[in-house]
Amino acid sequence: MANSHQLKRVDFIFRNENDWEKVLSNTIKKSPRDLINELISSELKGRGGAGFPTGLKWKLTSEAESDEKYVICNADEGEPGTFKDREILSRVPYKVFTAMAICGYITGAREGFIYLRGEYKFLKEELEKVIDEFDYYCKEIRLDFKIKVFMGSGAYICGEETALMESMEGKRGEPRNKPPFPTQAGYQGKPTVINNVETLVHTFTIFKYGAKKFYDLGVQYSRGTKLFSVSGDTPKPGIYELELGMSLQDFVYEFGDGDTKAVQVGGASGFLVPRKKFKDAAIGFKGKLTGISLPTGGSMMLFNSSRSMFNVLDNYLEFFREESCGQCTPCRVGCQQLLLGIKAVKRGDKPAAYLDKLLRLTETMQYTAKCGLGQSVANSFSSIVENFREEMIY
Amino acid sequence: MSKKVNITINGYPVEIKAGETILEAAESEGIKIPTLCYHKDLCVAGNCRVCVVEVVGQKRLSAACATPCEDGMEILTNSLKVRNSRKQIIELLLAEHNADCTKCYRNGNCELQTLASEYKIMTQEFIELVPLKKFSIDMYSPSIMKDDSKCIRCQRCVRTCAELQGVNALTVAHKGDQMKITTFFEKAMRDVVCTNCGQCVNHCPTGALVEKNYIEEVWEAIANPNLHVIVQTAPAVRVGLGEELGMEPGESVTGKMVAALKRLGFDSVLDTDFTADLTIIEEGTELLTRLKKVLVDKDETVKLPMATSCSPGWIKYVEHMYPEYLKHLSTCKSPQQMFGALAKTYYAKARNLEPDKIISVSIMPCTAKKYEAYRPEMHDSGYRDVDYVLTTRELAILIKQAGLDFKKLEPAKFDRLMGESTGAAVIFGATGGVMEAALRTAYEIVTGRDVPFENLDITPVRGIDGVREASVKIENPVEEWAFLDGVELKCAVAHGLINAKSVMDAVKSGEANYHFIEFMACPGGCLGGGGQPIPTNAEIRRKRAEAIYAEDRGLPIRKSHENPEIHKLYKDFLKEPLGEVSHHLLHTKYTKRERY
Repeated sequence: MANSHQLKRVDFIFRNENDWEKVLSNTIKKSPRDLINELISSELKGRGGAGFPTGLKWKLTSEAESDEKYVICNADEGEPGTFKDREILSRVPYKVFTAMAICGYITGAREGFIYLRGEYKFLKEELEKVIDEFDYYCKEIRLDFKIKVFMGSGAYICGEETALMESMEGKRGEPRNKPPFPTQAGYQGKPTVINNVETLVHTFTIFKYGAKKFYDLGVQYSRGTKLFSVSGDTPKPGIYELELGMSLQDFVYEFGDGDTKAVQVGGASGFLVPRKKFKDAAIGFKGKLTGISLPTGGSMMLFNSSRSMFNVLDNYLEFFREESCGQCTPCRVGCQQLLLGIKAVKRGDKPAAYLDKLLRLTETMQYTAKCGLGQSVANSFSSIVENFREEMIY
Repeated sequence: MSKKVNITINGYPVEIKAGETILEAAESEGIKIPTLCYHKDLCVAGNCRVCVVEVVGQKRLSAACATPCEDGMEILTNSLKVRNSRKQIIELLLAEHNADCTKCYRNGNCELQTLASEYKIMTQEFIELVPLKKFSIDMYSPSIMKDDSKCIRCQRCVRTCAELQGVNALTVAHKGDQMKITTFFEKAMRDVVCTNCGQCVNHCPTGALVEKNYIEEVWEAIANPNLHVIVQTAPAVRVGLGEELGMEPGESVTGKMVAALKRLGFDSVLDTDFTADLTIIEEGTELLTRLKKVLVDKDETVKLPMATSCSPGWIKYVEHMYPEYLKHLSTCKSPQQMFGALAKTYYAKARNLEPDKIISVSIMPCTAKKYEAYRPEMHDSGYRDVDYVLTTRELAILIKQAGLDFKKLEPAKFDRLMGESTGAAVIFGATGGVMEAALRTAYEIVTGRDVPFENLDITPVRGIDGVREASVKIENPVEEWAFLDGVELKCAVAHGLINAKSVMDAVKSGEANYHFIEFMACPGGCLGGGGQPIPTNAEIRRKRAEAIYAEDRGLPIRKSHENPEIHKLYKDFLKEPLGEVSHHLLHTKYTKRERY
């Protein structure tokens, strides 16, 4: 058995807290250094999926020397199967803004942006109303911090932080070369903190209740809670806040329909876990002591035995073929080759062994693609092809 | 001393300057890392991923062009992981590329082909994408052909058009598998702001962007016994041509080029430099006349600063971007078009030829010249003044097709009547050259003395800075130009359209107060033209410039107004600068164009 624990529902994120003004004014009484240490000790990791330590990110930005710095909230929620950020922004937007303002206070940024997914335009008006209210309070407590909403235009790639910044600068949304990282040179070439919506809300929790409260939840290397967007063949689709570190087995007990064949963890760019590996898979960041661990932006798609894994993969690859920015060779051409390749194998135009060539291709994509998109296509491709090879061929 | 960092490359310790990229570090160690999207003229894109290398300890490979070295890095440029990945990337590019190499204009000088050859890509296991997509070739421009089926999306052309030229005619559209390099609303190149400068052609690693060639047309004309085919050669061609024919950059091959042209069968081998000298007389006189009208007559319809008009890429750029400044352009045609207009009038008469039996060919370092010759206003001789324009590269193709051993050719001299030139004309090929030549003549007209620079070398206008300024104070002028006494003639030189833009914006805002500005569309001037040998980069441009100035120094006559054939031309035909015949044949007008 995996060394994981029972599924634990928690309620922090959506808990209605009417005291954001107090949280903000109390927090900025503390020194930026103390706040950074608090954040670091919580071991909060980014909830967009990549899992970079949030405290370190803020620390690096606060140490970068520049007159101008920025805080960006990445609300370009585009991963297939993820719908948690929309919910946060419509239910507890003030937590996000408070966290951004605290981040501004700590790092020295005076401007913050919500990069809102194009399809979430319906949220804009309401968000701006709350921002007005928020601005008013910032003025009252003499905190020099302004928040603006920036509308995305619908490209998946703009969720990649540097492509997002290019897009904000009015350029084509294409990922940049790294280094330099945004903490050194982000939006407009200035040091920038860019965090996922959910990450920011967790910082609100940490600043309000203290790091220990957060740290005590979850398991080693994967502290705190996480929102999961549960979809697919489940009797109860929806958004759930759970403690990190649970085993996929426990998850499936809770959310499966009794016939769960596989779970796609982390959306199209995540991993597919087949039934026989549920008990060994834990949901958390790398470094988990036993079994395989799966970082995730929170998308959990369940498939029952009526689903063809070929169709699932075909669907993902269609998505990537279209949503690759097209800039770098391995991703642009690679995604096309993978899609055409599995179709050719299915039709019998290419031998089954061609799948191995494609697996090597995904390895190359993982090593050489310019950004996370091209690098992560290998995840779903290899986990589906390796576990359901016969479904790809026959 | 800048800070040093210690790294190892393939196990060998190396000390390098902090901030150098892995690619630069490897290059200085004599290790070649293949590249495609990288070009020394341009910003780093890091999108082809061919230059990936392994940094020990990192799972992912790093793009050598885009990754700065850090102290202690252990870099492997040829590990198995690197080789396998790189080879697969080349295979992917080939799967997307119309690899019909034998039918490609760039066959033999294609960076993708070279890589495929180096890595011995013998099979194509991936699915070929070209047959699955619809591609059409844009061949409507008289200068440039664009074939998307050969494009590898490295965006070198896009960066060239934006960074070097500030034109942005080429841009990236769509995403994923549909991503392509295209124009505004995917119009044909001839219908957008494209200036035809050809820098995209010069920077394209494959055959996706090439010049429209007129090789067969020229061979046919030469073969036709009823036609008298004359050829003119621009100043920059003679310092570039050798590179296409196995010689090192910076070798001036004027004599060999003339010898080759004669052997190709041209009836008369003449020199654009001759009309470059003529341009100086006409343009210099125009400048002085404008100064008089503005300073003495207070004529407000006459505009200063006056801008040069030799570079057709620049002309089309102004027509699109600053149409309200057309009156600032010198009305002088470019040397090519002056030559063309005279070829079918003055030359025809003197040689007793029917103008319609003359085919006038020009060899240019330029693709925009093809468009210039095609302009409707360039028919002042009563015929199309210049029939065919070939680039330096096309001339090299003619020479190779004719089987000439270029290196062994005995130098020959230009034919006479429109073949004599001066050092002032030769330097037209370098940025600042027109300015320098004009000053040498104008100053002498006004003062009766040589320009006050040692050895006639007006060094402030030379060099590689994008924008350069110079001023010449006029003292003790001759009586006719007495009103210029004490006037400080303020001049500027800009090359590369992005620099032209900054100067024009300064003129527009009133911040700049020049009398005379030389603009060249291409970086380095014509010697870095879009029709010059590939590759062209800063180092090669520098060598070509050196060759040009050396040629100037070595010529017996170095001032345009001392060219004896020019004297003869005015005496026998034109009568006087800016006279009636000149006005008809040598001057032109410009067209307002839209930005889109």
